[in-house]
Amino acid sequence: MMDGTFNDAQVGEQRIRNFNINFGPQHPAAHGVLRLVLELDGEIVERCDPHVGLLHRGTEKLMESRTYLQNLPYFDRLDYVAPMNQEHAWCLAIEKLTGVEVPRRASLIRVLFSEIGRILNHLMNVTTQAMDVGALTPPLWGFEEREKLMIFYERACGARLHAAYFRPGGVHQDLPQDLIDDIGAWATAFPAILKDIENLLTENRIFKQRNVDIAVVSEQEALDWGFSGVMVRGSGMAWDLRRAQPYECYDEMDFQIPVGTIGDCYDRYLCRMQEMLESIKIIHQCIDKLNAEGPGDVLARGKITPPKRAEMKTSMEALIHHFKLYTEGFHVPEGEVYACVEAPKGEFGVFLVSDGSNKPYKAKIRAPGYLHLAAMDHIAKGHQLADVAAIIGTLDIVFGEIDR
Amino acid sequence: MTEALTELGTVLAAGRSDAVLDTEVTKTGELVVHVSSASLPDFVEYIKTESNARFSTLVDITAVDYPGRDKRFEVVYHFLSMYTNQRIRVKAAVHVDEVVPSITSVHPSADWFEREVFDMYGIMFSGHPDLRRLLTDYGFRGYPLRKDFPTTGYTELRYDEVEKRVVYEPVSLVQEYRQFDFMSPWEGAEYILPGDEKKEEAAK
Repeated sequence: MMDGTFNDAQVGEQRIRNFNINFGPQHPAAHGVLRLVLELDGEIVERCDPHVGLLHRGTEKLMESRTYLQNLPYFDRLDYVAPMNQEHAWCLAIEKLTGVEVPRRASLIRVLFSEIGRILNHLMNVTTQAMDVGALTPPLWGFEEREKLMIFYERACGARLHAAYFRPGGVHQDLPQDLIDDIGAWATAFPAILKDIENLLTENRIFKQRNVDIAVVSEQEALDWGFSGVMVRGSGMAWDLRRAQPYECYDEMDFQIPVGTIGDCYDRYLCRMQEMLESIKIIHQCIDKLNAEGPGDVLARGKITPPKRAEMKTSMEALIHHFKLYTEGFHVPEGEVYACVEAPKGEFGVFLVSDGSNKPYKAKIRAPGYLHLAAMDHIAKGHQLADVAAIIGTLDIVFGEIDR
Repeated sequence: MTEALTELGTVLAAGRSDAVLDTEVTKTGELVVHVSSASLPDFVEYIKTESNARFSTLVDITAVDYPGRDKRFEVVYHFLSMYTNQRIRVKAAVHVDEVVPSITSVHPSADWFEREVFDMYGIMFSGHPDLRRLLTDYGFRGYPLRKDFPTTGYTELRYDEVEKRVVYEPVSLVQEYRQFDFMSPWEGAEYILPGDEKKEEAAK
């Protein structure tokens, strides 16, 4: 865009103004409905102003008028790439306030599915980021595996995506034995497939040219901008909530935390690839424990969970309890709590204020991608326009959780 | 864990006795510090640098609306220390028309959080570089997360085939927005039977 009038070629100097470009909200590399207003100086990004909120659904407002259990499915719709990890934070918040202890088997199942969620997310992120920088095969291979994982979701809870499987006090249903065996078989086969994807990318010249030394995040920057998850681990800090502030039964799992060295896109890619292998390790350990410890209850029986079906056929109290639970819902004692999990994208937290009734007084969802995107201007400044796509990919942005 | 947090609370309260109004450790084992809103940037800077605390990561900023209170809003900050592996919640009660000092100079990541709080609750932050609405529509009016804002909102939009553009209209619902009250009559609303008030008077 040139402004001013240029009458003829005699004019010696021309006024040059920065070029403003609108990136998205329909851009395929925007990973959803991101609108970026970019100010360019030639090919160099001078300023990057993300306009978010195109997917804003008012989740937090809606949650205030629904019961605790009715609110659970909203969490699937936040980060829809790894739905169960979000539910986990909500369940933990309620369990902290009510003081409910989750049964052992439910805890193992939760960890198992959280790690499946992590692989779901990283497969999506790594491969689509590769697509943003020019590769086409990785997403095709990655999505094949995601499909298998979603079938595990479906077999566990009946839904491929919006699971509503983790419930306050445990998980909704027990896993059938053949599903556990199938997940084990898949986990044994998966590293070979991951190796295939890695062969396509890790030493790929184009992939490295587009990712090495792009969007370098130093340790100090990661702290200043409140990063979490792979965004800090890529910069060399071994910070993982599963290890630092263990929840569920992560403290007895044996896994490593991969960290990067310089904190560029390529380091974060390597971290994500390695994290998938670590998740596989945890999945194997969960399956071994599930098999060794045998069947057990998957819900802490009490006020916040439904009674057993068989019990309802004979006990009047159980029937009343079931009816009251699904109409009025359970009451959560007055108080405030912040509960967080290490979601695949980083620290996903819920700040819950309860007034003692059956509905949350206030629920604030703290999404990791929100902070990562907030630092977009800082990170993208000085990069080429073409790098913006690579940066969006590496920030691991999903609009469900950012816009809420 | 709880003792360590209680101790940390006392240390912080002693370090900034003019700012800290109250400290407590909740039943769930979280340290909560109530501060006056004017001293927020100073206190946040203090807990960021104080060697026992080093809360260098801002986790979250939000607000809670209590329409019944004199100071209607409570601005809630969460911080994390990756060094001492501790969390802290800092709260400041705020009047409706009070301006809260921004902490963007201490934590750059507060930028979007403060914009969101402004967007959702209408709390103004002084010293914020760019206090625009963030999540709501361009040209949106009202503060959606306030308790007196209806869940349905005031306007709705649709694509108009005649005008060939999106038009905004006042919300018209075919049916009233359904808010079921499932609370048990024993625990929920207080039903006062006519004549009951005499009993209390008689007791006096």
